[in-house]
Parts: sequence; C-alpha cells; structure tokens
Amino acid sequence: MSAAATTIDAAGVRVTRGRRNVAWTGVGALLVVVVLAAFPYLVHSGTTSIMVQGFIVLTLASMWNLLAGYAGLVSVGQQAFVGLGAYGVLIAATHGLSPFAAVPIAAIASGVAALPLWWLVSRLRSGYFAIATWVLAATVMLIIEKFSSIGGGTGMPLTGLSDLGPTLLAADTYWVGLAVTVAALTGTYLLLQGRLGLALTAIRDDETAARSSGVRVGLARLVVFVVAGVGCGAAGAVLAISQLQVQPRAVFSVQWTAEMAFAVIIGGLGTIEGPIVGTVVYMVLQQTLQSYNAWYLIVLGLVAMLVALFARRGLWGLVESRLDVRLFPVGYWLRAPAGGTGAPPIVPDEVG
Amino acid sequence: MAWLDAVLQGALTGGLYALFACGLSLLFGVMKVVNLAHGDLAVVAGYVAVGIITVTHVPVLWSFLIVVPVMGVAGYLLQRSVIQAALARGELTTLIVTFGLSVVIENALLQFFTANSRGLGAGEALVRSSLHLGPRLQVAWLLVVIFAVAVLVLLGLQYFLSRSQYGRLIRAVADDREAAQLAGCDDRHVFGIAAAIAFGTVGLAGIAYGMYSQLSPSTGTDTILLFAFAAVVIGGLGSLWGTLLGGVVLGVAQQIGAQIDISDDVLAGYLVFLAVLVLRPQGLTTRRAGS
Repeated sequence: MSAAATTIDAAGVRVTRGRRNVAWTGVGALLVVVVLAAFPYLVHSGTTSIMVQGFIVLTLASMWNLLAGYAGLVSVGQQAFVGLGAYGVLIAATHGLSPFAAVPIAAIASGVAALPLWWLVSRLRSGYFAIATWVLAATVMLIIEKFSSIGGGTGMPLTGLSDLGPTLLAADTYWVGLAVTVAALTGTYLLLQGRLGLALTAIRDDETAARSSGVRVGLARLVVFVVAGVGCGAAGAVLAISQLQVQPRAVFSVQWTAEMAFAVIIGGLGTIEGPIVGTVVYMVLQQTLQSYNAWYLIVLGLVAMLVALFARRGLWGLVESRLDVRLFPVGYWLRAPAGGTGAPPIVPDEVG
Repeated sequence: MAWLDAVLQGALTGGLYALFACGLSLLFGVMKVVNLAHGDLAVVAGYVAVGIITVTHVPVLWSFLIVVPVMGVAGYLLQRSVIQAALARGELTTLIVTFGLSVVIENALLQFFTANSRGLGAGEALVRSSLHLGPRLQVAWLLVVIFAVAVLVLLGLQYFLSRSQYGRLIRAVADDREAAQLAGCDDRHVFGIAAAIAFGTVGLAGIAYGMYSQLSPSTGTDTILLFAFAAVVIGGLGSLWGTLLGGVVLGVAQQIGAQIDISDDVLAGYLVFLAVLVLRPQGLTTRRAGS
C-alpha cells in the first residue's frame, strides 16, 4: 500500500501515509484476531464473558471517538442506541428470529433511528448538543417503556437461546462480540482513510475553513452520527445477548456513555489506537475494583478528568509522541529525503 | 377542575424548574460553560443541607443561610481551579471535565450515602400545608414559596447584572474577555464570582427540590440537569425570564401529561421540549435579559 499512498515532490520530500510498520500492523492485527477467535477453546468461559464486556466497551468507545474525536460531536446520549440495539434483538427474538441473526438487523435499525434523532439535535452545538442528546436518550427510553408487549418498565428475558448449551452459548456470544468489534474498528479505519476522514480532519482543525473550502460539514456529521448509531446499536445487541435479558433502565443508562467517553479520553481522543488502550485501562480498573461497587466509575472519572486536563492526547498520545509510531495511520507524514541517514521526520505530527 | 388544578400545579412547579435552570443559564451566559455536573452539585447541596440540619437542628428554611455560602465558596474554588483549567484547553475539555465531575459526584454519593432517597423537612408545617383556593382546588404552600423564591432570585440576578458595578464587570468580561483584561480587570476573579453566584442558586435549587420531593444520587442528572436544560431551551437560550417561562411551560406540560396517564409526566415534558426544539429553536422568548 505504501507505493500507492506515497508521493514524492520536487524537493524530494515524501508525503506518505504507509510505512513499513503499517504492513506489520495488518499482519499483527490479523494474528491478534485469530488468537482471540481461538479463545473459547483455550480459556474458561468466565474469562470470555469478561472479554465480551471488553468488546462491548471497545465498540462503543471507537464510536464515541468517531463522534467526539473526529466530528466534534460530544454526545452524552449514545445510550439511546445501546438501548435500541438491545431492544432490536429482543423484538426480533419475540418474533422467533435467532438473537445472533438479529444482531446486524438491530444495528441497522439503530442506524435508521439515528436519522430522525439527528434531525432533532443537529441544530445545537457543543454543550447544548451534549445535554440534548441526553434528553433524547431519556425520551427514547420513556417511549419504549410505554410498550408492555416488550416488557414495559421492567424489561423482559431474551428467549430463543435456551436450546444452546451453556458452553456453546458462551462461545457464540464471544464470537459475535469479537466480530462486532473487529467490524467496528475496521469500519472506523476505512471510513477515516477515505474522503470522509479527510473532511472530518478538516472540520476538527477548523470548521469555518473547512466549510469555505467546500467540505459539506453537516453531511459529514450526519454520516458519523448514523455510523455511531449502527455501532452502538450493535454493541447493545451484543449486550442483550450476553445479559440474556433487557431492562430499560440498564440498557438506556448514561453509564454506557460515561464508560465509552472515559475509555476514549484516557486512551487518546482522535486516534484509532486510543480507544483500544482506553478499553484495556477500563477493563483493568473495572476488574480490580469490581468488589468495591461504584468505585471503578469514580476512579475512571477522576483519571479521565486528569487526562483531559494534563495529557490531552491520552495515553496513546504519550506513546505516539515518544516513539513516533502509528499503528493505524489515517493522516500523512511529511518525511525528509530518504538519502539522509535515517533522517527524522520534518513534521512529526500527522497532517490532515 | 382537574385540568385547572393540573395547569396551576404545573405553573407553580415551573418556579422550581426555573430555580434549577438559572445557575446553568448564568454559567453558560457568562463563561460559555455548559456544566454537566450542575444537577449533581444541586444534590450535593441538598445532602449538605440534610447534614447541617441533622447536626445543628436549624430549621430547614434557614439552612440556606449556610448552604448557599458554602456552595458559593465551592463554586468560586471549582471555577478558579478545575473549570478555569478546562476552559483554557477548550470547549471539549470543559464538557469532558464537567461530565467526569458529574459521574464522579453521582457515584461517590451512591458509594457513601447509598441509593436511598432522602427528603428535607418532612415534618415542617410549610411542607405539609396547602392553600385552599376552591372546593377542589388547592396548592401546596411550599410550591408557592418556591415560585416566589425563583422570581426573587431572577429579579435579583437581573438587577445585579444590569445595574450593579460588579454585574457590569461580569457582562464586560462575558462580552469580550481580552478587552476587559486590557482595561485592567481580573477576568479569572470575575468568572469566579459569577460561578459563586451560579452555585449559590444551585444550593437553593437543591434545598427546594429536597423539600418538594426526595433527593437521591441519580436525581441530579435524571431530574435536575435535564429539566433545567429543557426549561432553558423552551424559554430561549440566555434569557433569564425566558427560563421562568420555560420552567412554567415544562411544568404545565408534565402535569397535563400526568392527567392523561400518571406515569407520562416526564415524557410529556420532554415531548414539548422536542417540539420547541423543532418548531421554535430560538425558544419561546427571544428577548435577552441580563447576560
């Protein structure tokens, strides 16, 4: 890929996206996925169920990263889509569809629901957008609670999985979670590498300038909001399957947005690697502090606040600036002529 | 009669929602800070009031004499430290920091004070008695008092911002921070004072809600923040009196919703909020008062 993505200008300065490590990242990522896919054969089902939680948070985090890190949309209402995804699976299951087959349907339905919701909140900016999405999520939950056929205010158990044995169910849930996460990360990477990624980077850096250069800001944001709706819906669908029940107050809890946002902030906003690092930190904290009730959210919140204030590019930002590596490059490097003895990059930062 | 009752109750509850909203509105108007921890701070104020009353046995009504200054000082300190630092780093950081604060406060309350709800002054005559207006029409005295307090607070804020020396300073800094700095004003101190005032109203809101209903760790976001925001948007962003109108409209919508189905009050309020967002995004009033 480096041949296609590299241009050499007159001065011999190379503008490049791919470097040798990118190919290795691809191979490495593939290996990681293969090893992860083999996990149900290797580890206890307790471990895989913890990892399913990790998959859900990672999927959510990469969606929130797309929203806040690239489109400048700080949504505090993504739990609306988590809930819609979970209810999508529940409704499909009550109609006799297999919950596993319902995951893509629920995800797409959440994405479709994102369209009218976007229309409602799109005129608001920044902080007002944040609270409006929150109100919207609360409204969606209150409307769902009106339907007693899907459990009303108390929710209901998910049927259609009882004929699977517990081992197979745990393994299938794990694979679906892994598939959703891989799809979310790959999707994010491809989206950001393309034209939309360029538009989003331009908006992130200077919205007015982007607008005047012909970037269709509203359309780009709409696409991101819908994609995030699909991703969060898929995560909600996996959540419903892993919990085997859907309760409105649980699936529409703002805690989901807190977790995804904090994972992104801690890992590093505006990078694809950040949510992965953040999810690992989140899982470690959650597993260490799980016997202390609400403490993991308190610690997570405090760490996120400190990172937001003192290390704005997150943990991955620290790694990046020390080691000059990018595993999933979506920007470009400007590099000195190759003749120099391993000349350092002229502009170490990514340029949109 | 039931409908008239609903409208009357709703309108009076609007005073409570306006009280929720004015701190949010003030912080946004002056500093462009949308404080996502607003509601949780009101709950903290309510819990502080519970603590003060348990320890000192002061009457509930007078607890504001302690709670409001405490919240004011807390607001000044929080502004000068965390919020100021976040503001310097941009809008996104401010949102993340206040959201983090909200989650931390809510879960800390849950951890240290359990999920149990607690009220203020359950035995007080004011909380129990009501004003009889007709054979089947009565309003709780408490709601009347809260409405009056909200009007007084809004009047006071408007007078302060438009007439007083310091209010002018706050508006100057809000309009153009750098120009105010050049003219020799300490903008960070001015922001701190504005935050102190906003937090003072948050203290009042916490006490009022504690007396009107029950406070629990999740009240801060579920009820106070979201209702305050809905009132602000319905009334019109940045307008103090619009906030009162927004609160009244929200309250009436909720009570009418409750007439249709007792569990539909909150949903009805949000649907009116969304309708305003679509049909009249600038809010019902476009007049701007004060900030």
